[in-house]
Amino acid sequence: MTGPSRHPGERRDLGAVSDLELGRRAYRRRQAARSIGISLLSTVVFAVVIGVVLVNSPGWQVTRDTFFNPEYFRQALPAVWQGLLLNIRVLAVAVVGVAVVAVAIAGIRSLKGPVFFPLRFLAAAYTDLFRGMPFLIVLYLIGFGIPALGLTDQVIPVTLLGTIALVLTYSSYVAEVLRAGIEAVHPSQRLAARSLGLSHYASLRLVVLPQAVRKVTPALMNDFVSMQKDVGLISVLGAVDAVRAAQIQVAQTYNYTPYVVAGLLFVALSWPFIRLTDWLTARQQRREQIGGLV
Amino acid sequence: MTPVLQLRGIVKSFGSNHVLRGIDLDVSPHEVVVLIGASGSGKSTLLKTTNLLERIDDGQILLAGDDISDPRADVDAVRARIGVVFQHYNLFPHLTVLDNVTLALRRVHKLARQECQERGLALLGRIGLAGQARDYPDRLSGGQQQRVAIARAIAPDPELLLLDEITSALDPQLVGEVLDLVAELKQSGSTILMATHEIGFARRVADRIVFLKDGTICEQGPPSQLLDSPGRAETAEFLSRVLH
Ligand SMILES: Nc1ncnc2c1ncn2[C@@H]1O[C@H](COP(=O)(O)OP(=O)(O)OP(=O)(O)O)[C@@H](O)[C@H]1O
Ligand SMILES: [Mg+2]
Repeated sequence: MTGPSRHPGERRDLGAVSDLELGRRAYRRRQAARSIGISLLSTVVFAVVIGVVLVNSPGWQVTRDTFFNPEYFRQALPAVWQGLLLNIRVLAVAVVGVAVVAVAIAGIRSLKGPVFFPLRFLAAAYTDLFRGMPFLIVLYLIGFGIPALGLTDQVIPVTLLGTIALVLTYSSYVAEVLRAGIEAVHPSQRLAARSLGLSHYASLRLVVLPQAVRKVTPALMNDFVSMQKDVGLISVLGAVDAVRAAQIQVAQTYNYTPYVVAGLLFVALSWPFIRLTDWLTARQQRREQIGGLV
Repeated sequence: MTPVLQLRGIVKSFGSNHVLRGIDLDVSPHEVVVLIGASGSGKSTLLKTTNLLERIDDGQILLAGDDISDPRADVDAVRARIGVVFQHYNLFPHLTVLDNVTLALRRVHKLARQECQERGLALLGRIGLAGQARDYPDRLSGGQQQRVAIARAIAPDPELLLLDEITSALDPQLVGEVLDLVAELKQSGSTILMATHEIGFARRVADRIVFLKDGTICEQGPPSQLLDSPGRAETAEFLSRVLH
């Protein structure tokens, strides 16, 4: 095959590719190779510049020894890792709590009709209150307020109190994100679902929410990653989590390397989820839409 | 035989806009009744009230003899007995074609998964889309999507099928495949109440055509009579406008 011109009615052999198309493909390959080369080079240059600036700064020696000391790093790792496991446990429970409460709140806030005004009002008050209040304050109020009520004789574990505080704060954020998603689903979808005989609740669960969640997945994951970090704040209640474990080590050695250990572990914890989000979003788009070139 | 649908004195207003001013209409089993009328004459509103998507201001709606306008009627159960197809298909984009068709079977009629799959696939085969069962709706052409929407509506074997201008969002060359499917549904004995602007199609499938004007039934009758020798001046005037 040479060019695209053919006799009328002649069938193309789709196995063979015209020189024109081959040329286009070669050009695109060269362009792609060039872009990758440029971005690699700029990354290396950037890293070198940062490195040179760091190493040549007057306090670098001291900084390296107090923040990036390999010996203290090895020493701190086991305890901080143990602490992180506690963070992960609290996080796992809190995520479930957040999901349940946030869906309920978002569901209530998107109820229509004057009958539901009191419920809607309460839900709105809830989200306004906990979105406005700094998480640290919520932690203190729950962490020290609930035990002060003296509801039980037993000591309430601080991890439980921390979990409650996390659920309160984050369910209000997530509820708002979900509500935005629910409102972005066209009303005709709900109409179609109800026409099939699905109840209000079933329509929400089977038709509206799945679409809403897809629309706001990046925002939800953002909240989740943010929650992964804030779970480290339960240390202020005295829970021996990764942050508290690092603190204990720092107090013993006057070396700040354990904080770096904890910080890196938190990054390592959130990184897979960040990548997962990107992958999920991309797959979603491939599956449900004919993307075209834009 | 009890009519599938009996509308008695249906009144519906939106504020001061009196859309339906007392509609009496029966639809017998296996009958295809076509609503025609100018834009805004209340065809969609009549279909929506039948499916309880709009509440009537007065009158009574009986489905196979049951008063479904009674506030004690179970709205979801009523809707499960009626199939609806909309102008804009409204397929669920997050579900595959097959899951769209079987959703009501699974979640409303609570059939076993296996049976739902079989019925869904059989239905898709019947509308010529078995190969697309696992695709998502956005991959299909408009005509294919509308056929899936029809399959979704008829999957639970509804007693009554409501079709609201199901071809008016389609490109002209796709209208045929959808109308052919409706003609086939008529052959297989479905009871249908539909609104359309396709007068030619109304002639082909309708047992009875109902002409709505000013919120009332101006005239009704078999296609040949109503379309070829309308008894009223308003009908003749409307037909001359839409046919030319
Ligand atoms: N939800 C609503 N709120 C207020 N007015 C409405 C509503 N739905 C319909 N109407 C009004 O009722 C009248 C009848 O509308 P309807 O959609 O039933 O007409 P139609 O015969 O289906 O018209 P078309 O052929 O354009 O689809 C119109 O004047 C419309 O503006
Ligand atoms: Mg209409």
